[in-house]
Amino acid sequence: MATKILMPALSPTMTEGKIARWLKKEGDTITTGDVLAEIETDKATMEIEAIEDGILGRVLINEGVEGVAVNTPIAIVVEDGEAVPETDTVSDAPTTSAPAPAAASTASPATAPATPLSPTEPEQDWGETREITVREALRDAMAAELRRDEDVFLLGEEVAEYQGAYKISQGLLQEFGEKRVLDMPITEHGFTGMAVGAALTGLKPVVEFMTMNFAMQAIDHIINSAAKTLYMSGGQMGCPIVFRGPNGAAARVGAQHSQCYASWYGHVPGLKVVAPWSAADAKGLLRAAIRDPNPVIVLENEILYGQKFPCPIDEDFILPIGKAKIERAGTDVTIVAFSIAVGTALDAAAELAKQGIEAEVINLRSIRPLDTATIVNSVKKTSRLVTVEEGWPFAGIGSEVAMQVIEHAFDWLDAPPVRVAGEDVPMPFAANLEKLALPQSEHVVKAVRSLI
Amino acid sequence: METTSEQVGAVGGNGPSLTREQFLTAYHDMLLIRRFEEKAGQLYGMGLIGGFCHLYIGQEAVVVGIQMCLKDGDKLITSYRDHGQMLVAGMTPRGVMAELTGRATGYSHGKGGSMHMFSREKNFYGGHGIVGAQVALGIGLAFANKYRGTDEVSVAYFGDGAAGQGQVYESFNLAALHKLPCIFVIENNKYGMGTAIERASASHNLYKNGEPWGIPGVQVDGMDVAAVHAAAAQAVAHCRAGKGPYILEMMTYRYRGHSMSDPAKYRTREEVDLVRKTRDPIEHVKHILLDAGVEEATLKAMEAEIKAVVNDSAEFAQTSPEPDPSELYTDVVLEA
Repeated sequence: MATKILMPALSPTMTEGKIARWLKKEGDTITTGDVLAEIETDKATMEIEAIEDGILGRVLINEGVEGVAVNTPIAIVVEDGEAVPETDTVSDAPTTSAPAPAAASTASPATAPATPLSPTEPEQDWGETREITVREALRDAMAAELRRDEDVFLLGEEVAEYQGAYKISQGLLQEFGEKRVLDMPITEHGFTGMAVGAALTGLKPVVEFMTMNFAMQAIDHIINSAAKTLYMSGGQMGCPIVFRGPNGAAARVGAQHSQCYASWYGHVPGLKVVAPWSAADAKGLLRAAIRDPNPVIVLENEILYGQKFPCPIDEDFILPIGKAKIERAGTDVTIVAFSIAVGTALDAAAELAKQGIEAEVINLRSIRPLDTATIVNSVKKTSRLVTVEEGWPFAGIGSEVAMQVIEHAFDWLDAPPVRVAGEDVPMPFAANLEKLALPQSEHVVKAVRSLI
Repeated sequence: METTSEQVGAVGGNGPSLTREQFLTAYHDMLLIRRFEEKAGQLYGMGLIGGFCHLYIGQEAVVVGIQMCLKDGDKLITSYRDHGQMLVAGMTPRGVMAELTGRATGYSHGKGGSMHMFSREKNFYGGHGIVGAQVALGIGLAFANKYRGTDEVSVAYFGDGAAGQGQVYESFNLAALHKLPCIFVIENNKYGMGTAIERASASHNLYKNGEPWGIPGVQVDGMDVAAVHAAAAQAVAHCRAGKGPYILEMMTYRYRGHSMSDPAKYRTREEVDLVRKTRDPIEHVKHILLDAGVEEATLKAMEAEIKAVVNDSAEFAQTSPEPDPSELYTDVVLEA
């Protein structure tokens, strides 16, 4: 049966091309794999091969013709002994012409899920608390989840025998053994990929990075392999994994060890990102992160590790991911912060109170999803917004928080939002310069005073 | 520590043999891949498959020979040149082809495409577009096998191009250190996109690249399905016995360009034709079968059946609906 050869699409973007040269002429016998012609695209000259045996019955478009649209018939192939039919009686090779997809694409475009802005439920009261350090809270969270679920395991550099570079995993090797608490060589790219692969099968790894700076060696696996696979697999393959470690500045550790990644990871659909401040945040959010069926980034802070906070003693204590906490109620300005900057914001609020200004301080706890409702509802009350973060200002979390407020509470604002952020420079080493590079409570006070 | 690197089944040589039934199965599976890929190339040419599309034509014996040594529960992972792996893993031609055309009935509901398909049911873990990433993920699949205490193995396929990535060697180290049941299959088709292996790697014997970690490696004629099978059987046995990882370097060849838009000017037409005429893995098995007295009609019937399956998949892939616009927002995160 005669078939038409159509002008092929030879690249993702090709719409037309030129028949540069015919290598077979009418009447030639052709066998599968023979080069029939050369097609010039905008990028290259490509050969087209015969896909079935036969005889080149007729050339419909001669060589040298430019601007031949993709899918235009360019030749007719017949079987041996078959007469060459008229063009319009021949079906298009290699199958019947493709029906237009039964697409709903012309229907109204899909709408993204709306940001929920209804007031959130008050936080559960977990009862009695005890003062513990953030370090203990993180260790207790992992120990509780390791006890609860055999599929949970911890891996990272120095997490087992050394008991953690920052002593977060103290005692875990002794309780859970080397099968579930694994020292890794200094090979972030490799062990992160390994952990993601294990998570794709349903295991629940907790990957400790000695600092989040080192996770940049492995960021391809965090984003391309962990965050995107659920979507790329049409929902078949989730990746229940936790990536955790100290984030942001410590003290005098220089530019390569002092960077905040909240904005980087917060940018990525498919990830959840939490940034605990207190011991309760650390315990409740890490437990939730380990139980979450998605990849969760836990941005800890080295300076907070040794700080004590009251933490519920209830064995079931856990916090929801995606809910902010109002750490201090106020009426005059909303200060939004996360991680160590919550402390900075609370210090500023105490100072402002002396000056007769009542600030409401929101501890984000979760960067992604962001608790826009709590922020917006607060700004509707205070009409002013200041954000505080250690990270750089450009495209930072403060920028996103301010934009959410502009989108959802523009008419309530009495003044433009103000961002207090780390200075837009790599972190300097000198003690005085480092202090100048990081947001201090007096910066926050000044920012608030500029609004009132 | 055991370290053996050797060459198995010299090019065009007489590798260890398979039974007649095994050769028939191999012929069927290789031909299915060949016809499927030819059809995918046609649909691409018609504009029905968009974006990137990397065909497996020429390399069929590799996945077919290895798959014959695996059992249920063994896990597979590969790069973006993944159609052949999926078909031998038992994923349906319809579901794969419909993903190539970006339709709702594809394995990823049209959200993955040629490079990103997965099947939890068939233990196929993708379909990865970042060169070398699947190797580290692959040892993670092996880690999971070991963690769960099974004797299942994982097969991580990658090309000679990926063999230069740093994470491959991090993976070799981790797999050897933890004795992970992972078979590293290097599909050496001689070119990493347009760069010949000699111009990309100072190591010309990739099967020896695991030696510093004591990983045994063999070089295999990847155009000879019986040689592939024999080597894979050895590798699988090694991994199942808990002896750690194994490297198989498959000397193979891709007939088509790196992707559909590759004019392949870095090699001569004669080079491609010579391989096709003298080393084609399918023709090789066909001759063995005919010599063994299999009727030509039997093979013709098999070919006709495969053609029908492939045509059906193409028809299905063209007539299935595109994903509903609401699919844009699904499968981003799972409900906690």
